Amino acid sequence: MNFDFTEEQTMIKDSVSRFVRDEYDFDTRTKIVGSEEGISREFWSMFAELGWLSVPFAEEYGGFGGTVEDIAAVMEELGKGIVVEPYASTVVVFGGLMAASDNAALKSAVIPSIIDGSCMGSLASTEAQSRYEMADVATGATACDGGYKISGEKTVVANGGTANKFIVTARTSGEQFDRDGVSLFLVDADAPGVEVKSYKMMDGQSAATVTLKDVVVAESQLLNAAGEGMDLIDQVMPQILMGLSAEALGIMATLNTTTVEYTKVRQQFDTPISSFQVLQHRMVDTFMACEQTKSMLYRGLCQASEDDSAALLKTVHALKATVARYGRLVGEEAIQIHGGIGMTDELNIGHYVKRLMMINVSFGDGDYHQKKFNQLSYSS
Amino acid sequence: MDIKFSAQDLAFRDEVRDFFASEYDGAIAEQLSGAQGTDYKGGIVAWQKKLHAKGWIAPGWPTEYGGTDWSATQKFIYETERGLAGIPDVVPFGLKMVAPVIYTFGNEEQKAKFLPRILESEDWWCQGYSEPGAGSDLAALNTTADYAGDHYIVNGRKIWTTFAQYADWIFCLVRTSKGMRKQQGISFLLIDMKTPGITVKPIVTIDGKHSLNEVLFEDVAVPTENLIGEQDKGWTYAKALLAHERTGMAEVADSTRMLDALKQRASVEVNGGKAMIEDPIFQMRLSDIEMELMALEYTELRVFASMAAGGMPGPESSLLKIKGTEISQAIHELQLQLASYYGGALPEDLNADQLGHDFAFEARGKYMYGRAATIYGGSNEVQRNVIAKAVLGL
Repeated sequence: MNFDFTEEQTMIKDSVSRFVRDEYDFDTRTKIVGSEEGISREFWSMFAELGWLSVPFAEEYGGFGGTVEDIAAVMEELGKGIVVEPYASTVVVFGGLMAASDNAALKSAVIPSIIDGSCMGSLASTEAQSRYEMADVATGATACDGGYKISGEKTVVANGGTANKFIVTARTSGEQFDRDGVSLFLVDADAPGVEVKSYKMMDGQSAATVTLKDVVVAESQLLNAAGEGMDLIDQVMPQILMGLSAEALGIMATLNTTTVEYTKVRQQFDTPISSFQVLQHRMVDTFMACEQTKSMLYRGLCQASEDDSAALLKTVHALKATVARYGRLVGEEAIQIHGGIGMTDELNIGHYVKRLMMINVSFGDGDYHQKKFNQLSYSS
Repeated sequence: MDIKFSAQDLAFRDEVRDFFASEYDGAIAEQLSGAQGTDYKGGIVAWQKKLHAKGWIAPGWPTEYGGTDWSATQKFIYETERGLAGIPDVVPFGLKMVAPVIYTFGNEEQKAKFLPRILESEDWWCQGYSEPGAGSDLAALNTTADYAGDHYIVNGRKIWTTFAQYADWIFCLVRTSKGMRKQQGISFLLIDMKTPGITVKPIVTIDGKHSLNEVLFEDVAVPTENLIGEQDKGWTYAKALLAHERTGMAEVADSTRMLDALKQRASVEVNGGKAMIEDPIFQMRLSDIEMELMALEYTELRVFASMAAGGMPGPESSLLKIKGTEISQAIHELQLQLASYYGGALPEDLNADQLGHDFAFEARGKYMYGRAATIYGGSNEVQRNVIAKAVLGL
């Protein structure tokens, strides 16, 4: 039994941690968020040079050959700095789907460009009506000469404004809610018929509405067989959920530490407010919340390493629900215990909380995942 | 990151499973069920003697005094299997509480006199700590032991004394000196329950049962040879023991088994012709608990892994106690909710078969007595104080 990261994992974790500490302070982040693109291309190139963008990819593509544990190690540290560069959407989600695809030619073409930093990608799956049900796809792909013609509208596509490639879910057969018949297409952001309207989200990251009008895509751009896109999404989803949860864990830990330190210096009634038992007990509760979240993440990482996919699926639903519940507790307590200053835009606390809130709704909120957990656990 | 056990550990697990399956028989289980007319003391002593015969009665003790030479992993496996099998833990007062104090701080005569009889379950021990005026603030105790040559004269009242009605011996914290810090001047004394001047008064608890007592001491003469270590140093010994008491209180395996039983039951109990486990709101309540327990299982494994690597259980054992007891109470609550009206029925006038929902008596009893879990062993509020101070540095 062992809950330590390997030496290699520790090295990459430390390198992300050093970057956040030395080069990504809150002022730097604020400037990046306020810039026109909302991300730093310079830092993105640096991530490439440091090898962070290669983590989940096989060595044959120039990758690090890492597992979900490596992803979690990186994401936790990125969370501590609420880093806005699109690591999750490009490497974990887009990259995760590419890595799991069985289209060898497509992989050889795309993965090296993710690793060298030239390709930013995003999954375009959500539609106005679909909420968290990925199989609810109205965007249609009809066969045409040598490929498909795609039409539809995708909403809140993460970092859609900076992405130069999308993986688009589109229906090649079946009815609106059918799992079968959903296909995954690689689509260039500048392909004719693609329109991207980008907007800021409260966590400092951006999202976009991506409209596709008769976009012609060659059959070679299918990530796996037509109609079997949901299988690929299901296969990668545990990794996505664990990656985002690791980011949330880093955020929660930072909120807790910051809050505890603040209570030691904030004086009221002629004494540090850390001496008040009512606040102490609330901070113990947020400490336990963070430890329990970490344990649930580690449960998932262990089960992933043992290829226990049925158990893993239950765990990742439970993990995302736990992140939702305890993330909210930790975030709200951090604001409350900071008091008035916690309400300001100037202090970093609120920005950490807002990223937690966006993680909560990414790929299904707490109730959504708890309901999935219940179906797996209790339904006959 | 993995939780794989070695082949040796897996073989050990099989041995434990086989032993429990063959030796924990129906007759013992019946006595320990708590049903009317059963003999708890007889049942648990019979079981403990079987454990002793196997050499497994005291895994926590050093081998020189009769402990096993199990690794931390084996101890963990043993506890997990015990909980999953629904086998009660040994009565802790002798084996887990006073014995470590005796073998750590006692003299050779005391070790020779008491330890073998504890191993053999010949002596039943109880704990004389709490007093009417000293609960969570244990050091506020007032029971006095006045030095009188070759003996002490003890006067005072101890309360919440579990199973004092069965006990041969009681270990007590008593005040031997006054006028200093309240933690000083306390001594650790072993007292024979047959000594004149001791009265045991039962306290019936809110589950209608009798396990707790008040123990009164009126001019009780205790030989000085029954003093552990030095006079006035008892607080130090007791504190060492309290840390011991807090570890292993997550009871994940016990809660896992109870939750499984609850799910089983919820698929039988119906409302409007539909099994309760199909009810979406009931499912949410179940998964609130189950998810917390899944996380706690790994928190316990993380604490255990750091202990197996040579670390000591630190203040995180307080976390295990808080979360473990909150979860077991949550299971009791949901079980009683499932029992509905029948959870209110008392066993005086009918038996479980007549009631028709045979888990309901137990559901009520467990819920009511289970309220104690967040009070004893250092209340959960005291545990939060411990984490605030030792972990968060507040």
